[in-house]
Amino acid sequence: MIFFFYLFAALAICGGLGVIAYKNPVTSAFSMIVSFLGLAALFIQLDAYLVGILQILVYAGAIMVLFIFIIMLLDIKEEEEKTFSAGRIFSASIAGIGFLALVTLVLVRSGVGHKEALPEVAGLGGAGKSDTHHIGELLFSHYWFPIQIVGVLLLVATVGVVVLSRKQLR
Amino acid sequence: MFSLDTTLTLQHFLYVSGALFAIGLAGVMVRRNLIVIFMCLELMLSAANLTLVAFSRYRTEGDLPDYDGQVLLFFIITVAAAEVAVGLAIIVALFRSRETTDVSQITELKH
Repeated sequence: MIFFFYLFAALAICGGLGVIAYKNPVTSAFSMIVSFLGLAALFIQLDAYLVGILQILVYAGAIMVLFIFIIMLLDIKEEEEKTFSAGRIFSASIAGIGFLALVTLVLVRSGVGHKEALPEVAGLGGAGKSDTHHIGELLFSHYWFPIQIVGVLLLVATVGVVVLSRKQLR
Repeated sequence: MFSLDTTLTLQHFLYVSGALFAIGLAGVMVRRNLIVIFMCLELMLSAANLTLVAFSRYRTEGDLPDYDGQVLLFFIITVAAAEVAVGLAIIVALFRSRETTDVSQITELKH
């Protein structure tokens, strides 16, 4: 159990590092897919099967295909600079390491979720219902209004994208 | 802090999530290509998603995970998809008028 956690966590983090380290945007995008696959495996390890599959279908599938499509459509070459400037790398590492130190400080001082192992979920799978069933039930009963709003948002986004990407903007 | 014994605790997931968010933050600062910056933003969003799923799994209700967190994540994924579509359309429109996706060359609003 813990071995797979470290495996997939390393996959997600190495993919993330690849996104910012590779100069070629296409390579960055493929590292991003690796990172998302690792994250989806972590979701499935947390018994969130629907969300893990959604992560693969929507993020690693649809969204990254869109990114790669646009990168190839615009024919973006590697960034002009041969290396990233030292000042930028320095300030970015300060920000990243600072944030991580802050998270570590908060987690150590508060001790949230420090000891307890994964709680048993007897109601999931087996004799019980699947998590898709539970999430769907919640979506269409308690969260009926937000899901309508999200539907309208998707419609607006679709129309907006069509308007934005027409040949003559004005 | 990062205990190496065999119980898988909530903190393990929170550290991974924090690391992914930090990587995304560093990427936004270090990269100059607009599309890669956008990908780093998605990475930060996914890091937040991992936190949501981890808390939802470790906070049980009865004998089930607390599914409110996963429903919120469902909405986040939907909104992220819409956001990516609109953002990439804006980048394409920008590329048509400027022939570049380098943020250091798009400085009209700076002055």
